[in-house]
Amino acid sequence: MPNPQLNAAGELTHLLTLEGLPREVIVHILDTAGSFLGVTEREVKKVPLLRGKSVFNLFFESSTRTRTTFEIAAKRLSADVINLNIDTSSTKKGETLLDTVDNLSAMHADMFVVRHAQSGAAHMIARHVGPDRHVINAGDGRHAHPTQGLLDAYTIRHYKKEFSSLSVAIVGDILHSRVARSLVHVLNILGTPDVRVIAPQTLLPTGVESLGVRVFHDMRQGLADCDVVVMLRLQSERMRGPLLPSAQEFFKYYGLTPEKLGLAKRDAIVMHPGPMNRGIEIDSAVADGPHSVILPQVTFGIAVRMAVMSILGGT
Amino acid sequence: MQLPDAEALCAELIKRLRPVVTRETAMVGIHTGGAWLAERLHRELGLTVPLGRLDISFYRDDYHKSGLHKSVKASQIGFDVAGRHILLVDDVLYTGRTVRAAMNELIDYGRPEAIDLVVLVDRGERQLPICAQYSGATLAVPKGAMLRLARDETGTLTLRLDA
Repeated sequence: MPNPQLNAAGELTHLLTLEGLPREVIVHILDTAGSFLGVTEREVKKVPLLRGKSVFNLFFESSTRTRTTFEIAAKRLSADVINLNIDTSSTKKGETLLDTVDNLSAMHADMFVVRHAQSGAAHMIARHVGPDRHVINAGDGRHAHPTQGLLDAYTIRHYKKEFSSLSVAIVGDILHSRVARSLVHVLNILGTPDVRVIAPQTLLPTGVESLGVRVFHDMRQGLADCDVVVMLRLQSERMRGPLLPSAQEFFKYYGLTPEKLGLAKRDAIVMHPGPMNRGIEIDSAVADGPHSVILPQVTFGIAVRMAVMSILGGT
Repeated sequence: MQLPDAEALCAELIKRLRPVVTRETAMVGIHTGGAWLAERLHRELGLTVPLGRLDISFYRDDYHKSGLHKSVKASQIGFDVAGRHILLVDDVLYTGRTVRAAMNELIDYGRPEAIDLVVLVDRGERQLPICAQYSGATLAVPKGAMLRLARDETGTLTLRLDA
């Protein structure tokens, strides 16, 4: 089956998931993002690539950081940005998702940035829209969050240069995390030899080993000699039933403290997709400490989203 | 066809630019051939303002037709553009569209006092009202052929014509 994200010429026309994307497509996005970083340091922080185009942010699930960084990215590309507040929109009046999309297409939307609680929502929209419209998945259920995976990969490449000798540990709520899934895919595509997930059994999806990761339940073992530590947010809003005894208990075993970080390599970097729960998955001394690259991740995220939008918009 | 010697054209440009440049003159080369030429001119003229480089991919007017260029390099302008006299350097002046894009990008860094265009070869066939203040040679090249600058491992510049 052809990859629904690529057009007949093999160019990226939607970004739905990183799974199965050719390595050169990912490297092209990361390289392009590097060129966009400088734009934000100029007097005029805009380039004219998407001038006259309309980008619709369709967020069916709440988000501040991701929506804002997509909005900034689109505006720096000179696009017009329309944010749809879905809580007050027609879906509440019974309109279906695809009817909403058809109506927005009739308003000449060129690009849709979609976040939805349902896995596969962005795929459904991408199959539905015409060939000149582009869809970016900004997170669908537990499935994928490709621009987060790309900005994580960009951050790792920025600090560590090469993936071919890295050990990367992803810690915490893997079960509910589309961030973890997208990161594992991109790390595998870029040839990272050692990807580890560290979590209690109850926060791991069944068959997680089939993604190509090593599983650890003991954080101290899992962090040993790591180059990169990616902490995930404990997604209590998605938890049904007692997966965990308590947040304090979780912090004791899986919270990243300076002492546990000491087991990783001396120059290890600490990442977090945000928003952080200080004192639950990460200690403030680490979040604000010298190993933390959590704020640069946000800055890189804008450049990565500019790269994705400008590549899609040109196909 | 017989192509002019790029090194001789380069020497001629240096001779003509020497009386024009001052301590305040800045130079910006357009990737890739223009940046090579600019590196040479900048060094030979002993300019002190750091050399700038532009990749105009984000300003091309054929983006909606051809998409984003496959290998975009970061533009580097390490000086304050505002109020500056800038020599904008490219290897070949043809339709004028690259120069238009480069001027738009430069002005997004600030408002220069003036921009002068320096090219090694002017091959005519302009599609925009743009002309070079300093040009090494004027050359008629068959339509569709690609004239470009090449640089070998010793740094020697030569002109190449690709059919």
